[in-house]
Amino acid sequence: MASKLPRPVIPTLVAILLLGGWEWYVRSGRVSEVLFPAPSHVLQWFWDSLLSGELLAATWVTMRRLIIGFAIGAALGVPLGALCARVRWVRDTLGVLALGLQTLPSVCWVPLALLWFGIREEAVLFVVVMGTLWAVVLAVQESVLNVPPLYLRAAQTMGSNGWHLWSRVIFPAALPGVLSGMKQGWAFAWRSLMAAEIFVVIVTGFGLGSLLNAGRELLRMDQVMGVMAVVMIVGLLADLIFFSPIETWLRRSRGLER
Amino acid sequence: MGNRSETSPATAALTLRNVTKRFDGASGQVTALEDITLDVREGEFLAIVGPSGCGKSTLLSLLAGLEQTNEGTINLGDQPVEAPGRDRLVMFQQDALFPWLNVLENVLFGLRLKPDLTEAERLESARYYLNLVGLGNKEKARPHELSGGMRQRVALARSLAPNPRVLLMDEPFSALDALTREQLYGDIQEIFTKRKKTIVLVTHNIREAVCLGDRVVLFSPNPGRVQQVFDVDLPRPRRLNDPSLANLAAEVTAALTSHPAK
Repeated sequence: MASKLPRPVIPTLVAILLLGGWEWYVRSGRVSEVLFPAPSHVLQWFWDSLLSGELLAATWVTMRRLIIGFAIGAALGVPLGALCARVRWVRDTLGVLALGLQTLPSVCWVPLALLWFGIREEAVLFVVVMGTLWAVVLAVQESVLNVPPLYLRAAQTMGSNGWHLWSRVIFPAALPGVLSGMKQGWAFAWRSLMAAEIFVVIVTGFGLGSLLNAGRELLRMDQVMGVMAVVMIVGLLADLIFFSPIETWLRRSRGLER
Repeated sequence: MGNRSETSPATAALTLRNVTKRFDGASGQVTALEDITLDVREGEFLAIVGPSGCGKSTLLSLLAGLEQTNEGTINLGDQPVEAPGRDRLVMFQQDALFPWLNVLENVLFGLRLKPDLTEAERLESARYYLNLVGLGNKEKARPHELSGGMRQRVALARSLAPNPRVLLMDEPFSALDALTREQLYGDIQEIFTKRKKTIVLVTHNIREAVCLGDRVVLFSPNPGRVQQVFDVDLPRPRRLNDPSLANLAAEVTAALTSHPAK
């Protein structure tokens, strides 16, 4: 029986059942609506804040920070990672440092960032950059070191060397690994940014994290849950719109996947 | 370097004199090649054959300039071989085609490194060699869309297109099935006769060496040395199952097995 149904039917039914159950449970008065808002309340908040422009403004502030921080982190990480792969002593120093710093949750940079930059935009950016940078450095180093030596030998016999070898052979060959490193860097940056925004109210911009924290302070649980949902959706969309298509194209064009 | 007395430079494309190559292994130094003296004549198809560990692939790396000799000299014409150069292109074991480029772009890769050509000339040349290996209709395909045999054909076109003085082949057929391999033997012989290239082939397949080579150089292992040189005076195109070819292959095999194993 079940196998005859189209695939989305069961997930949809489960979702309706869950949300409906949740709605009914809250409305039946068994829990405090203040602490545990019904889905309809969260949706109401979403609609209101969308209309008031509050949500879009906060999302914009957060996305801007994320994109700028990620861009800086990636722009620094790619050459540094390449340098780590190319020069032994840089790998033994910076490469090892990157390995250590990558295990450090980037929210740990927040106190330092606040002391160095103050409660300003630079502090948030710094935390995001730190979240991105080391993952990218390590991924680039790893993928450059893993470029098949055969490609290098073939290119060298054809007269390629120096910058030509890097730009036409090493980097294209390393690209899939570099991209998954960037994806990881993006995920780290996203987490570290949320932590930073919740941790401190940055006067220069009111992001999603700040909105979430404001919800807690105002005891508006519909806002808290709504922002959580938005954070999740933004993360999913970034992957769906940006990373996945590039990755799929890259893999397909090289025959790594049908 | 007054050591070229053995052959005149006009007839020898590559001259190797007392070439020795050592590597630092885990258990001390390993001599891969010892005292190799060999000439590759202009327009000759030279096949180097030997068991694994006889240093034949090392020799090819030396000829390509990817590695340097410890002792002795290698000259191309009257120029010493010290670094990779477009005058000696290599066709490698597995296909070393670049997966991020299509077939045409792969063949163009080496041509684009020749500054004295116009882009139109490069395109013309790339298409000429793709047609020569029978893949003129595949120029937009990606390497992964081709069979192993087709990929090696592209690799052949890629190494022929920049018109090297010497073509070095490092067991280019070892990963192919028997049928495809035999087809390629035919193609290579046809191209060789047509283009009169100097080719050095390294292989562990004795039949293959006898089928393709004008001369077959048998290497003995530990350390790699020239054991014996065989002249192959059989008319081309040669078929792998030709009885006289099989006889000669048996002779080479006998010489190979007569060598005391260490």
